[in-house]
Amino acid sequence: MTSNLYREHILDHYGNPRNEGVLEDPDISHERDNPVCGDVVRLDIKLEDGRVSEARFNGEGCVISMAAASMFTEKIQGKTLAELEAMDDADIFEMMGVDLGPSRANCAVLPLRVLQEALAQR
Amino acid sequence: MDTDPRLDPMACRGDFPILQRKIHGKPLAYLDNAASTQKPEVVIDALCDFYRHRYANIHRGVHTLSEEATVAYEAARDKVVAFIHAPDRRGLIFTRNTTEAINLVAFSWGRTHIRDGDRIIVTEMEHHSNLVPWQRLARDTGAELAYVAVTDDGRLDMASLDRLLDRPAKLVAFTHISNVLGTVNPAEEIIDRAHRAGAHVMVDAAQSVPHLPIDLTVLDPDFFAFSGHKMCGPTGIGALYARPELLAEMLPMFTGGGMIQRVEREKATWTDLPTKFEAGTPAIAEAVGLGAAVDYLSAQGMEAIWAHEQALAAYCMERLREVPQVRVIGPPADLRSGVVAFTVESVHPHDLAQILDSEGVAIRAGYHCAHPLHQCFDLPPTARASFYLYNTEDEVDRLVAGIRKAYDLLAATR
Repeated sequence: MTSNLYREHILDHYGNPRNEGVLEDPDISHERDNPVCGDVVRLDIKLEDGRVSEARFNGEGCVISMAAASMFTEKIQGKTLAELEAMDDADIFEMMGVDLGPSRANCAVLPLRVLQEALAQR
Repeated sequence: MDTDPRLDPMACRGDFPILQRKIHGKPLAYLDNAASTQKPEVVIDALCDFYRHRYANIHRGVHTLSEEATVAYEAARDKVVAFIHAPDRRGLIFTRNTTEAINLVAFSWGRTHIRDGDRIIVTEMEHHSNLVPWQRLARDTGAELAYVAVTDDGRLDMASLDRLLDRPAKLVAFTHISNVLGTVNPAEEIIDRAHRAGAHVMVDAAQSVPHLPIDLTVLDPDFFAFSGHKMCGPTGIGALYARPELLAEMLPMFTGGGMIQRVEREKATWTDLPTKFEAGTPAIAEAVGLGAAVDYLSAQGMEAIWAHEQALAAYCMERLREVPQVRVIGPPADLRSGVVAFTVESVHPHDLAQILDSEGVAIRAGYHCAHPLHQCFDLPPTARASFYLYNTEDEVDRLVAGIRKAYDLLAATR
């Protein structure tokens, strides 16, 4: 087998991304890139009764950043703004379920960085 | 005179202990030499031997160890001077690396010679180390930063240089060999044209000094910088060669111990060259290690190393042509060094590098500290294989097999 990063669940999210696309009239919409590798993620979020009711991502990048974005849109479903604000890198590493190592950790946290920047600008 | 100029990479491999390592159970194929090179046993031994038997601070004590250490440090300077055929040992300043050497010039020469409205010429293929110091100097002084264009096949557009030199310029800063494209720039020609136009010249030689014979008496640059760690030497040691007459009137970048002649309460005077630019205790052991690296490379023969790398790059490009999803960036093989950057359709270079790593093959992925170059070619991040004297055709074959494997794995999922 190749590198243990490319586990089935990661390749599944990469090959069949969940919630890929954009939302019309989102409550939160933000995009940023990782200047080190050029990966880009845009995140659109709709809120209902203070909770995430819909989330979409759009972007370009490596297997890890794209799979992370796909998994992230599932993970934040139903969360309140306060819960979103409380999310940190450890949540992402747990979500990924593989040992990323220092260089690829940056790829995985890109969607979280997009959210954090969006929340900071609200 | 060497009767057989060819290099035997298998013999070289035995000189590098790290090449015995296995990565994920596979033999290491180290193809990231443009980033940094591995160290032969003689260099590692030189460091250990120096610390075990001859170490003390230099240029200070009259005791035996200090004198021996000073002799070793200055002997290393002489070896480096001879290696690049520098015309005058007073012009060879030890620095941490290429980046520090260029920053030294930007600070010590740039801040007193560049003024509002002056022009600094760089190229679109510069590594950030020979770009950002000039960018900052231009912003701080009000000078203009002008770019020599790169042609579609990855060469410097010499007509573009000539147009830029039509108006007075203070400095032309260019890379001898591109760390992304592998392009070998016509350094002698560029320096000559810049000098005739009245400009000074800064050469980033980080990718050339380790790989091909250098003769500064022929090239005749004003400033010339390179790093030890890219030429089998230790980290933390590099060099700037500059014309002594320029250094003599430049202010030191760092001040402190080791570089002063006399200090009074209100002022100080500097030592002579080259120590005027080597404030504080320098990287003594690292310099000695660099001296050992220079001896090692000279024993292999720089002509032979260069021929070996060019042959490997040509072989690599030929093998990559067999993979339809691969696009090689940069000029044809006869115009390049042992640097081959490429993209693979549907495979992000970070994923490629990761999958190759699981096969024991080490390459670099990303923008290679050359954002403007990627912008002007509208390039996504790229993968880069870069060769040195210990690399083999078998390692190129493993690279190509790994690329196919990565494509099969990732293209199939989408």
